[in-house]
Amino acid sequence: MKKIVILAIVACAFPLAMHALDQGFYISFATRVLIYAMAAASLNLVLGYGGMVSFGHAAFFGAGAYIVGILTFEGVTSAWLTWPAAVAVAALAALVIGALSLRTRGVYFIMITLAFAQMMYYIFVSMKAYGGDDGLSLPRRSSLGFGVDLRNDFAWYYVVLFLLMIILYLLHRLVHSRFGRVIEAIRENETRAAAIGYPVYRYQLACFVISGAIAGLAGALIANQTSYVSPAILHWVQSGTLMIMVILGGVGRFWGGPAGAAVLLTLEEVFSGSKLLGPYALHWQLPVGVILLAVVLFAPRGIAGAFAKRPQ
Amino acid sequence: MRMIWAAAAAAFAVNAQAANELKIGYLSTLSGPAGAIGVEVRDGFNLAIKMAGNKLGGLPTEVIFADDTLNPEMGKQLAERLLKRDRVNLMTGVIFSNVMLAAWPTIQEGKVFYIAPNSTPTRITGEGCNPYFVSASWPNEGHHEAAGHYAKSKGYKSMYLIAPNYPAGKDATTGFKRGFGGAISAEVYTKLNQLDYSAELAQIRAAKPAALYAFLPGGMGINFIKQFVAGGLSAEVPLVVPGFAADQDIIRAVGEPMLGIFDTSHWAVDLDNDANRKFVAAFEKEYKRIPSLFAEQGYTTALLIDAAVRSAKGRIEDVPAFHKALMAAPGRMKSPRGDFKMAHNGTPVQDYYLRVVAKDSQGRLVNKKIGTVVSGLGDFWAKDCKMK
Amino acid sequence: MSTILFLEQALNSLQFGLMLFLLAAGLTLVFGIMDMINLAHGSLYMIGAYLMAELVTQTGSFWVALPLALVATALVGAALEVSLLRTLYERDHLTQVLATFAIILIANEAVRMIWGPQSIMLNAPAGLTGPVQLPGGMQYASYRLAIIGVGVLVALVLYFLVTKTRVGMLVRAGASNREMAVAMGVNIRRLFTAVFALGAALCALAGAMLGPILAVQVGMGENILILAFVVIVIGGIGSIRGAFVGSLLVGLVDTMGRALLPIAFAKMFPPQVASNLGPALSSIMIYVLMAAVLFLRPQGLFPARG
Repeated sequence: MKKIVILAIVACAFPLAMHALDQGFYISFATRVLIYAMAAASLNLVLGYGGMVSFGHAAFFGAGAYIVGILTFEGVTSAWLTWPAAVAVAALAALVIGALSLRTRGVYFIMITLAFAQMMYYIFVSMKAYGGDDGLSLPRRSSLGFGVDLRNDFAWYYVVLFLLMIILYLLHRLVHSRFGRVIEAIRENETRAAAIGYPVYRYQLACFVISGAIAGLAGALIANQTSYVSPAILHWVQSGTLMIMVILGGVGRFWGGPAGAAVLLTLEEVFSGSKLLGPYALHWQLPVGVILLAVVLFAPRGIAGAFAKRPQ
Repeated sequence: MRMIWAAAAAAFAVNAQAANELKIGYLSTLSGPAGAIGVEVRDGFNLAIKMAGNKLGGLPTEVIFADDTLNPEMGKQLAERLLKRDRVNLMTGVIFSNVMLAAWPTIQEGKVFYIAPNSTPTRITGEGCNPYFVSASWPNEGHHEAAGHYAKSKGYKSMYLIAPNYPAGKDATTGFKRGFGGAISAEVYTKLNQLDYSAELAQIRAAKPAALYAFLPGGMGINFIKQFVAGGLSAEVPLVVPGFAADQDIIRAVGEPMLGIFDTSHWAVDLDNDANRKFVAAFEKEYKRIPSLFAEQGYTTALLIDAAVRSAKGRIEDVPAFHKALMAAPGRMKSPRGDFKMAHNGTPVQDYYLRVVAKDSQGRLVNKKIGTVVSGLGDFWAKDCKMK
Repeated sequence: MSTILFLEQALNSLQFGLMLFLLAAGLTLVFGIMDMINLAHGSLYMIGAYLMAELVTQTGSFWVALPLALVATALVGAALEVSLLRTLYERDHLTQVLATFAIILIANEAVRMIWGPQSIMLNAPAGLTGPVQLPGGMQYASYRLAIIGVGVLVALVLYFLVTKTRVGMLVRAGASNREMAVAMGVNIRRLFTAVFALGAALCALAGAMLGPILAVQVGMGENILILAFVVIVIGGIGSIRGAFVGSLLVGLVDTMGRALLPIAFAKMFPPQVASNLGPALSSIMIYVLMAAVLFLRPQGLFPARG
């Protein structure tokens, strides 16, 4: 509990510190980390806790982003309309894709979810009205009302932080509730869970939909963050990146998603933007790859796992 | 537009000192299949800076590079980083139109001038024109319009068009159609960075067109031409391409099969002027290869910045003054491409030449200039720009 | 659509399918026998292409360079397996994903640092650079015919190797039931290294053969990797026969989809709709195919596991 309080205080103080150090750019960077933390946490729910390796999570992330993009483009700018719409559409997509995919298992589940995500990607690429392959620039960030201007980096950071905290709290309640325990039981031994009498399919589908909905919210936020959406956000590489974040952070560990997102994005930023490396900074993927490999070899339970107490 | 001048004048009143150094944010595509173009432009740019003793316009110059990997979202983030963290006071470098369009709002908000060494999208030069955007390359439709003029002069009854599916691809077909003015038998758009054109080539063969116009820059062009020649189509269908689909980067990767291809360009390696001879000699000495038109664009971009900064006496934050200096800069410098003017929307008005891929006196494959296709061609969309 | 166009597209799909087979064969064996998801398979394809281009420049001959490139890449693959990948067999799939993803990053950068970011030249051998006249008056790139030839040859050799030799029997045993094979005394470590090296050599062959028509560039493996995974899922994991049928199916659906759908759509729908819908649908076709196969036969067409 104490650790969480400290973390919250640091997170709240971060933008103030950056402003004082005249490093305003990093507020924007940190906001991006928070958004990906939310997306990775949503994937961890279904992948880590639920044991369902979804390789198509970018579909929900991207769907949320595109709903906000399209609505804003068409003139609907109120966050109170567009963000819930993003969540609803992402949840609906998760319902449909989950309903169809959860009939398969193992590597076939992975490939089917990938297939659905790729289908969504190609559909959006062909939507010329909304930019197609070139993407869509949002004329402005969503408006929240109450005199809060989301174009201000500070305001935007705190709104995202607030939402992330709410989501993490809800996730915490969920995984420690009966629902969470059933999901984990299903992950451990599906046959036994079914034998006890739990409707496995329904529980898994519910988990999948919740996860998709949260990813949709993260997508709505990322569209605001970059003021731009393009089909690249639906591509399997994006799904892969989210998976890497979760695996890096620690699959099935509560802080796995946020930890992995923070570490991966920070590594990218440090190495690609480093003044020390000079022209070699263009080769930033090499040190990042080496560090990922090191994590695999020396921190088998991921980064969050490495910091956790030893299991009894 | 008046609002921009007013705001700029106010800013000027508050902050009217000259910059004492140039920090140039260079956002470009330097890796991946399309990275070759970015590397060419960068090499030309760097050469000019080196030859000017690392000072452009008399100011010590630092260039900060960022690789967008042809990802518009990445381009936007990097633009943000260059502007907010690295505090650059000038920007340049973007190769691809989709990255340009994604990063442009951020650059505009950053209130620094952007000098385009390549991508000059019509969305930014037409109705959306802006004093902060000045191009040292060519309007996106320029080469294509010139190629259209050439096709018209050859009397082709109809043309079959092929281009990638992104803003510059659409600009290509639009510009070509305007210059050609004749019948178009087909218009095919391929996926950006598509590598295998067997399906499209089979369709071209079946259609038996009078001639083919293909805009496929970088890696796409390399593959297309290799596959075009290997399939025997080079003997059946006359191929016309814009200069950047047949220049040194492609020649280096394809080789002899390219002999005899006609293309149109704003520059040729054998142009007869002193600035060009100096540029080519210096480039070959520094990089041990023949420069392509992309390299010339990077080089001229740096020269443009140099001339403008010099005549504005370093006052790059003074928007009206620096803008005026940029507009007048072509007259104050000697570019390898020869003389050119700046139109009021910030795009070059220049001559376009007809070139053919042939061997030079040393037996190397180059593009030789064989004539002028059109003189003083400007940006068609400049008419929509309401700036003065 | 004319017969010639149809035939040309059919040959194109055959060529594409056979090259996919080279990649899918190695991938399915590694996944089937070692139970390892190897994302770096695409990197071996890239390394094979780069080594081939370099060797052609050094030796001046395509046909001399080819076997050298295969051996060199097989050695790289074996080295990778012995040093690093071996530790991953016991780990779960997700860890394998993370580790092999890291290898992709490292391989891409290493190649970029050695050869530079630009695409490098790899041309077809002299004599195969032009077209060949086929019966019916059609001209087809002779090099693509050579690719088809090589693909069919390799398929036959692999078939012979897997079904008629002792080594092949060990491979099949390992694929269908690894624990039993180990219990029966098979030297599993050497078998794994050999399988991995073979997979790497096949990747190199695909990379070397495709180099002249596609570009040899950093990151060339990732796009084709996803197709290879689709192939092995369709064909059934661990089965070479499945990989063969799967890759031909994928090659057919993908090429024909790209070629036929736009034409069909142009006839049925107004141009605006057709130009948007056609390319979108043709890109999706292979995923629809995979979903369809999985619904009908969830284990793939020719599952190796009983």
